[in-house]
Formats: sequence, C-alpha cells, structure tokens
Amino acid sequence: MPRLRLERRLQPSRAAQAIAPLAAIAVTLALAALLVAWAGAPVGRSYALLLQGGFGSRFAWGETLTRATPLILTGLAAAVAFRARLYNIGAEGQLYLGALAAVAVAGWAGQALPAPLAFAAMVAAAMAAGAAWLLGPALMKRLLGVDEVVTTLLLNFVALLFVSMMLDGPMKDPLALGWPQSPALPDALQLGKLIERSRVHTGLLWALGAAAVLAGVLQRHAWGLAVRAVGANARAAQFAGLPVTATVVGVALVSGGLAGLAGALEVAGRTSYLTLDMAPGVGYSGIVIAMLAGLNPLAVVPAAVFVSGVLVGADSMSRAVGVPTYIADVIVAVALLTTLVAGLAAHYRLRWSEGAAA
Amino acid sequence: MPRPAAASSDAPHRLTTPAATPAATPAAPPVLRLTGITKRFGPLVANDGISLELAAGEVLALLGENGAGKSTLVSILFGHYVADEGQVEAFGRPLPPGRPRAALEAGIALVHQHFTLAENLSVLDNVMLGTEPLWRPFSRRAAARQRLQQTAQRFGLAVDADARVADLSVGERQRVEILKTLVRGARVLILDEPTAVLTPQESESLFATLRQLVAEGLSIVFISHKLDEVLRVSHRVAVLRGGRLVATRTAAGTTAAELAELMVGRSVQRPARRAGQGPGQGAGVDAGMGECVCALQAVGVRGADRRWRLQDVTLALHAGRIVGIAGVSGNGQQALADVLCGLQPADAGRVLLLQDGQARQPAARARDWVAAGVARIPEDRQGTGAVGDLALWENAISEHLASPAVARAGWLRRRAAQAHAQRIVREFDVRGTEARGLATVTRALSGGNLQKLILGRALLGDPARPARPRLIVAAQPTWGLDVGAVAEVHRRLLDAAAAGAAVLLISDDLDELFALADEIAVLHQGRLTPPRPAAQWTQTDIGLAMAGSLPAGGAEQTNRRGPTHAPPAA
Repeated sequence: MPRLRLERRLQPSRAAQAIAPLAAIAVTLALAALLVAWAGAPVGRSYALLLQGGFGSRFAWGETLTRATPLILTGLAAAVAFRARLYNIGAEGQLYLGALAAVAVAGWAGQALPAPLAFAAMVAAAMAAGAAWLLGPALMKRLLGVDEVVTTLLLNFVALLFVSMMLDGPMKDPLALGWPQSPALPDALQLGKLIERSRVHTGLLWALGAAAVLAGVLQRHAWGLAVRAVGANARAAQFAGLPVTATVVGVALVSGGLAGLAGALEVAGRTSYLTLDMAPGVGYSGIVIAMLAGLNPLAVVPAAVFVSGVLVGADSMSRAVGVPTYIADVIVAVALLTTLVAGLAAHYRLRWSEGAAA
Repeated sequence: MPRPAAASSDAPHRLTTPAATPAATPAAPPVLRLTGITKRFGPLVANDGISLELAAGEVLALLGENGAGKSTLVSILFGHYVADEGQVEAFGRPLPPGRPRAALEAGIALVHQHFTLAENLSVLDNVMLGTEPLWRPFSRRAAARQRLQQTAQRFGLAVDADARVADLSVGERQRVEILKTLVRGARVLILDEPTAVLTPQESESLFATLRQLVAEGLSIVFISHKLDEVLRVSHRVAVLRGGRLVATRTAAGTTAAELAELMVGRSVQRPARRAGQGPGQGAGVDAGMGECVCALQAVGVRGADRRWRLQDVTLALHAGRIVGIAGVSGNGQQALADVLCGLQPADAGRVLLLQDGQARQPAARARDWVAAGVARIPEDRQGTGAVGDLALWENAISEHLASPAVARAGWLRRRAAQAHAQRIVREFDVRGTEARGLATVTRALSGGNLQKLILGRALLGDPARPARPRLIVAAQPTWGLDVGAVAEVHRRLLDAAAAGAAVLLISDDLDELFALADEIAVLHQGRLTPPRPAAQWTQTDIGLAMAGSLPAGGAEQTNRRGPTHAPPAA
C-alpha cells in the first residue's frame, strides 16, 4: 500500500526556502479569514479593504513605510541577536530607553552644540542606552548561565515603568497640559521628510542602510562568521578559537543599539516628543519580522513592510466593516507560528513510498 | 573494521570452541529468518536483498564497516524502519513490519552499545521498569526480585539487585542490560558493538556469559567490526558490504585476513610504523627522539562539580614520536584532550609548550595553541570539530580568522579563503562537494569526509604561512570511520610524525594504539600510568591498567624499561 512519508533533507532546496514564507502567509490569511467571518464581516471585502488600506494608495504606502521604519530596526535587532542564539525579547524596552536617552541628550545638546554634532550625540546616546540595557542580560547569560529570554522580557517592564516615571516627573513637558510626554525636540534635530505630503522621513534610509550593513557584515566579515558560528554551535566555535563571550557581548551591543536607534528615529522623525504610546509593540513585532525573514537582514525589510502594511490596513478595514483592529495582531502572531512551521517543513520532503509487502 | 597487526597476526587465538556447534538440527525452524530485505534511502540502497537465518543456540556475527548496512538491518528487524521489500520471520511466524512491540513480544531483544539504564535507580528497579502496568497500586517487588535472582542464577550473571546502577562498573551495567532482556523473556539477543566500552577482561567475562546463554538455548546476533572477537565468539559470520550480504562463513573455516578482505572488498594496505621504530626496538628508540615539544607536569584538572578529572598527570611529547593514551572512555580522556587543545586550564601542575624555541606556559586559549602550531582533532567531530550550519569553506578557515591570508581588517577575502578550502578538499580528498562545491553546508558531509576536512584544517595550519604542525593532539580520530578513511587518518598521523611532529593519540581502540604508537600510557580515573614502549605492553597488562589494577609486575617492568624513557623535560 503506498503511503506518504516525511523525509528529512540535509540541505533544504532553495526553492523550498523561497516558497516557505509565502506559503506561511497564505495559510495565515486563511486562518484569519475564519476569525473575520466569525466577526460577521464578509471575508473577501475585508481582505480587500485591508490590502487597500495597507498598500492601495499613495497615502497607504506612506503610512506603511513610516510604520515600517522602526520595525525594520527592531527586526534587525532580533535577527542579529537570534543568529548568535541570544534571544533578545527586550527590544521594546531598549527602544523606549533609546528614545528617552535621545530626548534627554537633545534637550541638553540642542543648545550646547551645533546641530550635526548634537544630532550625532543624540543618536549615540540612544544606541548606547539600548545597548547597555541588553549588556547585562548577555553577560549574565554567558557568565552565570541566566536565561536571557526571562531577563530581557522582564527588563521591558522595568524600562517602560522607568520611562513612565521620567515622563511623569523630571522629563515632563510643562506645556503639555498635564499629559505625560517629554518636551519636543528642537526643530534642528528633527529628521526631514523623505516623501512630500506623507509622514515618511529620512529615518527609513537609516533603517535600510542598517539592513545593508548588517547583511554585509554577517556574510562577509570575520565577525559575522563568528556570530553565525557561535549561534549555530558555540562549542565548535570555541574549539576553533573564536571568542564566544566577546562575540555574544558584541551582538548584544549591536542588537540593543539597533533597538535604541529605532527609538531615537521615531522621536526625531515622526513624533518629535516621547510618549508611552509612541510605538507600542514595535519591539515584539521585531521578533516576528526577524522570524518571517529567516533571520536574514535583507529579508527583514520586506517582512517589516508586510507586517506594517497589515497593521495599517487593519485600521482602515476595522473602520469600514467593524472587525476589531486586533485582527492585525492575530494575523501577525499567527504569521509567526506558520513561518516557524514552514521553516521546519522546508527541511523535509514528502515522498510516496510502497509499503512493505507483508 | 579489520584491526591490524597486534591482534590479527596471531589471529584466531580461540580459547574455547564456543558451545561446540549449534545444537539445531536441520529440521528445526530457524528462530529468525530474514528474506530478501531491501531498504532504500533515496538513491542510497542501505540493504540490498539480504537473506539470513539464525538457528536456535547459534551465535551469528554480523560483520561490516560503518555504513555497510548493519544498523539499518537491525532497525528493520525491530520495526524502527519498514523494509521496502522482503520480510522478517521470528520462530516461524512473520513479524508485522513497522511495529517495534511485535519484535519485543516475539522475544527479540536489543542490547545497545550505549546503555538504557536509569542510573539513579537500583538494579531491581531498572529490571522492573516498564514491565508493570502503571495503574497497579503496589508494585510486586518481591516477585520481581525472585525472578531476577532465578534468571541471574540460571545464566551465571551475578549482580546485587539493590546496588544503584550509578555505582556499577561498565561491565556490570552491561550485565544488568542483558539481565533486563532475559527477565522479560528474550530468546534472541542482538548485541550492538558490545565490547566497544569494555576492558579486555570485561570482554572476556562477556564472552563467557554469551557461551552460557547459548548453552541455555538462546540465540545471539553479535554485531562488531573487531575481527578477532568475532572469530572467538561466533559460530557463523555474515559479512555485509555496501548493503549486500557478501558472504557467510563458519567461524572455524575462515581467518581474520579473509574476513577483512570480504568486509572491505579489497585487501587494505594498512599503514604501519616507520621501519626501525617498530616493536621490540626499545633500546634504539631514544636515538630517534626529538626535542620535547610539550610537557605536562603533575597536571590536575577539575570538572564543573569540583571533582578531579585528571590528577597528577605527567607526560612528555617529543618531536617525531607518537604517544598513545589507552583507557576505557570516560576516564579523563576528554579533560586531557581539552588541556592539550587549549580549551581548559590546568587546575594543578604545569602545562609547557615549546614556543619560539622556549618552553612556555600558554594560556588556555585555543587561538594561542593554534598559533603555536598545535593541530587539534577533537573526539566529537560533529559537535566540536566543525559548525555544521556553516559552509565547508567557512569551517576550513575558522581557526585562522585573524590570518592576513583570510581576512583583511576583518573583511573576509573570500577568494583566498576558498582557495585554501579547495586545497584541503584536494589534498585530503574530501568528497561530497560535487553538487554545491565549497558552499556545501558542512552538515551534509559524511563522517569520514568531515574528519578529512578537520584533519586538513589542522595539519595545513595557517593559510598565510603553511607550516608543519609541531604537535598533533588527536582524540579518537578514527572512531566511526570506514576502513578506507581509517587508513587515511593513520597514514596522515604517521607521515606527520615522520616529518617531525609530536603526536598524542587518545584512543579507545587498542589495536589502533599498538599499530601507531611508539609509547603507550593508560588513563584510569584521571591518573596516567608512566608510558612504556608499545612492545613492552602485553594485552593482559594493558587490560589490568585500564581497569586500574596493574599488579606489581607492571611496576617491575617500568623499572626495567627505565633508560628507554626520558624524564619529561622542564
């Protein structure tokens, strides 16, 4: 009797690797369709509205790209960390601390330094703050064996509460009518528009540049080779003489720095001041984006645009047909699961086999 | 794989003819009959039309190189794999394919090379484990104990039912493993490489047990690649090669040499020691001894649990000499290799390495050891030797990322790096790169080809300034390799020693040590005996040393050998 069997491939074929994420997205939309139908909305029309709202007009593209900018950076932060098997779940907190540091330094340097220097100081402070927030968990992981998933996740709450405290206290804008928000950045420190009549700012170029640099370093630099070796097999990396702890610490600084940069660019490019609801969930979505991209920095860009488009499109769909916007979160979360399954499936192939003649 | 000189020259030194000849009359049905078993994995035919019978009271040896199809055949027998063609009959009734339980219920039991015992439980608990229904409120220990004792008595397998398995020696654990199957009513035992973890004395006792089992009417399939053992314990030998059954011989009617040839399909030229340094030339050895390249002085190493893994180990490694370290695995070999690979600092004593003409105490940093010309071949080639997820060429240069030949300001010079990898592939005959070339993911290489890659990386050294290694530390370098790859590894080690490298060879395989090493020392529970010229060890002495009970005679020999062994240089 012929039977279907799974066989593991030693090397997944390139076709399978290319198709896997697309198949994952298709399955995700199919599953989410059940929820849309359950909410009582017509599935076809809802998805059309979602697509329309995310990608269907110049305005939609503007919103999607604006929202994708920090997502690319947190996606890169997760991708580089996960490559080294440093599971940084803390991009959320690192992003907010970066934004806070940016606002703080801008308030001081905006007057003291010429604009380009002040801008550099602001970005450097943001990246340093994000990096520092991940340094502790990385060192504790390597030296004491403390699980970084737990520490980085919990430090998110510490970071967000600290930011909340600062926004309600020393860094509260006295002119904000009591809202907990920071003073705005001086105009000279704000990023210019990249596209006329939209909110897309030059921060997008920073994000794209970061993706390109990171991709190049990972593939073509000795440090990138060390990162991949340490992530894939730390014992073999150590045997070959690669500095495992130093590599993990370096990855932590880069990953936290990228998340901190995302925070600085959000403030400088979009909001101009910091509030607690500036970029909710951007850190966590970065994890989904990195997984969707197979931890490949270049693929992070389209993955971030996809997630951003779903989030933006779901807003307009929700307004039109009354499906809650949470459908976007469901789609993104289910996309993570289907991507993981698809990635696994790409390592197998189905074969028909003749059963044993019994 | 066939094992060389020391064992096979005086080949079948059969002590007793095991249990005469099988008691089975031609009329009696075979206890096990395999008919036309074929199993394919993609293009690979792992088993090709294999037909075999096992008679009651017979010991059948299944002989073959790694990859010859032994494991696949056993897996089919046990229902872990479903054969593409053919069928299995036990006691005259067909076994349903793909059902492990069916094989167990038919009384077929497998004793793995790696034991499946719960170390924190007693022998009795281990034997009972899994035999009782989970919902029974009280376990019937008394009855189980009685059954265990009866079985132990009947087969002459003495064990203390209340001893904790963790406290037992490896030989005793194997006995428990066998008892476990017997108590559950096994009639056919399949032993997978049962002597791999035993000292010669423990192997002896295992063979006695097997004779007892056969005398009681059980049948045994004995899987091994050690020819002399196979000739001693079995009635018949079935030789597998490339998935086919190439021959069956009676043990009495064949020789080790014939079996080796059948197994490999050609006569294998095994590399032997350089002329003039062979066994029995003890006095002449000193003349060829080069400078001391590396010395351990009273070195101690603690494990993570603060217990000593190595204690008071003193050893000198000289240019041009191969020192073999024998011992049952788990007696400190890993710690010794780690110290000499620059992975582990000594917690006591001194480690000296010749660097720039001076004996220095290097830090335990792998990079420094590589830079000092130490070629390192780790025991676990998949887990330690290479990163499976990286491309072949990336692993080829991973020890030399700081070398200007490979990277400039950290940026990889891909073409130069790949040229170096290509050189390793060519000079060391690494195969399996046909489809994707140097970008082949390293995980896809077979064990032998991966070992050749690791060997090439270690022996060629820094691509910027290729130099012969000064010291080679090889831990179990041929474990699990096929005969061709084994010969290749041996040849490389001998060539390197002839070219002036000091070689430390840690191996479980006594035949390998006797074939290659100038001197042999034995590790037992972290302590190292003084090295002796290979020719001065007898099989008995080395077995006793491996068991930690070298008698006074051993010490006497050490004295006699005195002048031939230079004290470790400071």
